[in-house]
Amino acid sequence: MGALATIMDYFEVFGLPRRLGIDAQTLQRRFYELSRRYHPDFHAGAPREEQARTLEASARLNAAYRALRDPIARIEYLVQLEEGRQTREGATVKPQAPAELLAEMFEIQEALDETRAGDLAETARETLRAQRERLMARRREEGVRLTGPLAAAWDAAGPGERSALLEELKRALAARAYLQTVIDDLAQALGDDEAP
Amino acid sequence: MGRIVGIDLGTTNSLVAYVDERTGLPEAIADAEGHRLLPSVVAFTPQGILVGEAARRYLVRRPEATVYSVKRFMGRSYEDVKEELRYFPFAVRPADGIVRLQVGDREVTPPEVSAVILKTLKERAEGHFGEPVEKAVITVPAYFNDSQRQATRDAGRIAGLEVARILNEPTAASLAYGLHRLREGVIAVYDLGGGTFDISILRVKGGIFEVLATNGNTHLGGDDFDRVLMLWLLEDIQARHHRDLACRPVDLARDNEAMQELRLAAEAAKIRLSSEERTTLILPFEDFIYRREITRAELERLLEPLAQKTLGPCRQALADAGLGPDGIDDVVLVGGSTRVPLVRQRVQQLFGKTPHSQLNADEVVALGAAVQAHILAGGISDMLLLDVTPLSLGIETLGGIVSVLIPRNTTIPTSAREMFTTSADGQTVVDLHVVQGERELARDCRSLARFELRGIDPMPAGMPKIEVTFLIDADGILKVTARELRTGKVAAIDVTPTYGLTEGEIERMVEDSFQYAEADVEARMLIEVRNEADTVMTHVRRALKQGGHLVTEAEGAHITAVLEELARVRETDERELIRSKTVELNRVTERLAQVLMDAALQGALGTRRAAELMESE
Repeated sequence: MGALATIMDYFEVFGLPRRLGIDAQTLQRRFYELSRRYHPDFHAGAPREEQARTLEASARLNAAYRALRDPIARIEYLVQLEEGRQTREGATVKPQAPAELLAEMFEIQEALDETRAGDLAETARETLRAQRERLMARRREEGVRLTGPLAAAWDAAGPGERSALLEELKRALAARAYLQTVIDDLAQALGDDEAP
Repeated sequence: MGRIVGIDLGTTNSLVAYVDERTGLPEAIADAEGHRLLPSVVAFTPQGILVGEAARRYLVRRPEATVYSVKRFMGRSYEDVKEELRYFPFAVRPADGIVRLQVGDREVTPPEVSAVILKTLKERAEGHFGEPVEKAVITVPAYFNDSQRQATRDAGRIAGLEVARILNEPTAASLAYGLHRLREGVIAVYDLGGGTFDISILRVKGGIFEVLATNGNTHLGGDDFDRVLMLWLLEDIQARHHRDLACRPVDLARDNEAMQELRLAAEAAKIRLSSEERTTLILPFEDFIYRREITRAELERLLEPLAQKTLGPCRQALADAGLGPDGIDDVVLVGGSTRVPLVRQRVQQLFGKTPHSQLNADEVVALGAAVQAHILAGGISDMLLLDVTPLSLGIETLGGIVSVLIPRNTTIPTSAREMFTTSADGQTVVDLHVVQGERELARDCRSLARFELRGIDPMPAGMPKIEVTFLIDADGILKVTARELRTGKVAAIDVTPTYGLTEGEIERMVEDSFQYAEADVEARMLIEVRNEADTVMTHVRRALKQGGHLVTEAEGAHITAVLEELARVRETDERELIRSKTVELNRVTERLAQVLMDAALQGALGTRRAAELMESE
C-alpha cells in the first residue's frame, strides 16, 4: 500500500513512461482505478496505521494527477524531475521576459507606473487593452509551442539532444510565466476582471 | 465500522438520514410527530433548552434568547458578521477570534448551538434504531473554508458524535441523484439554501463522482431573500403607519418581537409567491393591523440582484473546469431557495437547459450524506466521490505576499511540501502563517492559523532544513507536520487557530453539554403551553385594543375575565389548566378575531369575507 508514497515519480505512479505526450483518457482511467484502491473512503474501517498510509498514498496520487493532467503543469514537473529538484510544482522557473519583447515590456511598465500615479485616460486605457490582448495571444502561442512541437521534440529526442531541449522548455515556461504577470498587472490597472 | 448516519446541518432546517439495508436506498428519519425537517432553531429558556419547532415558536416571544441561522456564524469572527448582526435579535460582543453569542444570561459559541441541533438528531436516530448512534457524516457548503469546517467538526464532537466525514452539500446531492436517475456525463449542482450558495461541477463516470470545480458564497441564501423583503415591508409600514393610535411615531425596527413577526411573515409570503402570482400579507401589530398585497413581480424586483450574485461564481466554476455552458449535460437544483421561480429562470438562462429538481430539494443533501455514510461503512463499493478544496491554500511570505501551496479545485486529500530554514544564528523557532483565499496579499485572504515550529537544534542561520507537509484531508481540513531533515527529528508544532476553538475549550464544552441538558419532557411541555398562552394573550390584548368597540359590552367583559383567569393560571405549573384556559380564550374571541379581520380587509377587497380569502390563499 505504501509503495505510492515517496519513491515513485508521478509518471511511475500511473505506470507511464517519462514522456510529455500522455493520452488524457488513459490518464483519467488509471487515476480512477488507483483512486478506487487508495481513497480513504474505502479504508475508513481499517486500523489507524493503514488509514494513515492510504491517506498519504491518496494525497500523493491526487498531487500526481494534478501535475500530469494539465499539459503545461506536466512540462513544469518534467523540468523539475530532470533537474532533480525537490521544489513544489509551479515554482520551477523564474518569470523572465522573452528577449524579443523586452522593448515593448519596458513601455508597458512605464505606462503602468504612470497609471499608478493617477486616473487612466480613455486613450491610454485603449492602448493598454490592446497591449493586453497582444500579450494574451503571445502567451497562448507560447503554450501551444510548449505542448505541441516542443513536447513532441522532447519525446523524440535522443539522450544527447535533451539538455538543449530542456533549456528551451525552461525558456518558454519562463516567458509564459512572465507574460502572465504582466497580463495580471494590466488587468489590475485596467480594473477589469476578465478571465484570461 | 458501526452504523453511520448522514446529517444535513442546514441554516434553516436540519435532518438525519440513513441507508435502508433492505432497499439500499437512503431515507430521512422522522420525529415522533412525523416531521423530518428539524428547524435549526435553539432557545435557551430558564427551564432548559428547546430545539426545532418548539424553539421557533418561542422565537417571537423571546427573540433575545433564541438562536436561528447559527450556520452563518460558524467559524466566523465579529468582524466578518458585524454588518448583518443588526438583523439578529441576539447580542454579540466585539472580540477577537470567533463569534460569541450573548443569549439571555449566558454566552454560547456557534459550535455549541449547532451541537444542540446535532444532539437532537442523534437522539432521533437512536430512537429509530433502538441503539446508540455514535458516528455521522455531516454536510457543509462546498465553499466553507477550513475554519468553518473545523467549527462543524467541533460541533459534532460536542454533541458526542464522531464525525466520520465532513461532506460538501452539492456533492452529497449528486450522490443522492446518482443513486436514482443520473446519467453519466458532466453535471452542475446549483445549491442555494437558507444561508449559503454553492455551485459544483462534476464528471460522473463509472461510479466515480469527480468534482472538477466548485465555487460559491457562504453568505448568500434564503435568509437574504427574506431580509430584502422584510426591509422593503418595513419601509412601507413606516410610510403608511408612521403614527400609532396614540400618535406616537412608529419605530418597529427597535421592537425585537415585531421584527421577528415581520421576518417570519416575509418568509411565508416569499414561499407563497413561488406558487402564486400575488399574496396578501396581514400582520396584527401592537397598535395597528398592517395589510399589503404583494405580487411576484414586486418580489422578483427585490430578489434580482441576489439571483445575479449567484451567477458570477457559476461562471468562475465553469472557467475553472475548462468548460462552457454547453459542456454541461445536466443541471441539478438543490436547496429550498431554488423553489423561487426567478432563481430557476436565471439558472436556466445561464446553462441553457432546463434544470432537474425531481428529488426533494430540502432532503436531497441529507440523503446523499446517508449514501456517503454507507460508503464509509463498507456498504457500497462501486461509488466513489472525489471532491476538491474550494480555496487556494498558501503561506504568508516576506512583504505579506501569499505563496500558494495548494491551488483551489485540487482533488482532496492532497499534500504539498515546503522547505523552511532559519534566518538567524541559533534560532530554534520558526513561525508560519497559513491563509486561504485567492488574493495576492495575506491580509486580503482568510487567516487560518499560525504555526510555531519549535525544538530546532541551534545552528548557524540557513543551516536547518525543515520540511513542512501541508495535508488537506478528505474533510477539506488542513493538517500540518514538520521534520528537520538533518536530524530526522519531528518538529513540535503549536497551532493557534485564528477563528476556532482550542482543544481545551472543546473539552470543556463537551462536559458542559451534559450539564445544560435539554429541557426534560415535562419542562418542555410546560414551556410550550405557557408559550402558547402568552401568544394567545398578546393577540387578544391587541384585538381588544383595536376592535373592542366592535363587540358587545357583555362579550368584551367575558373576554377580559377569561384573559385575566389565563394570566393567573399561566404562573402556576398546572399544565392542563393552562392549556384548557388557552383553548377557552381562543374560543371566546373567535368572533372578535373574525370581525377584526373583516374590518382590516374591507379597505381594498370590498365585501369578500376574510374566510373566503384565507381559503383562496
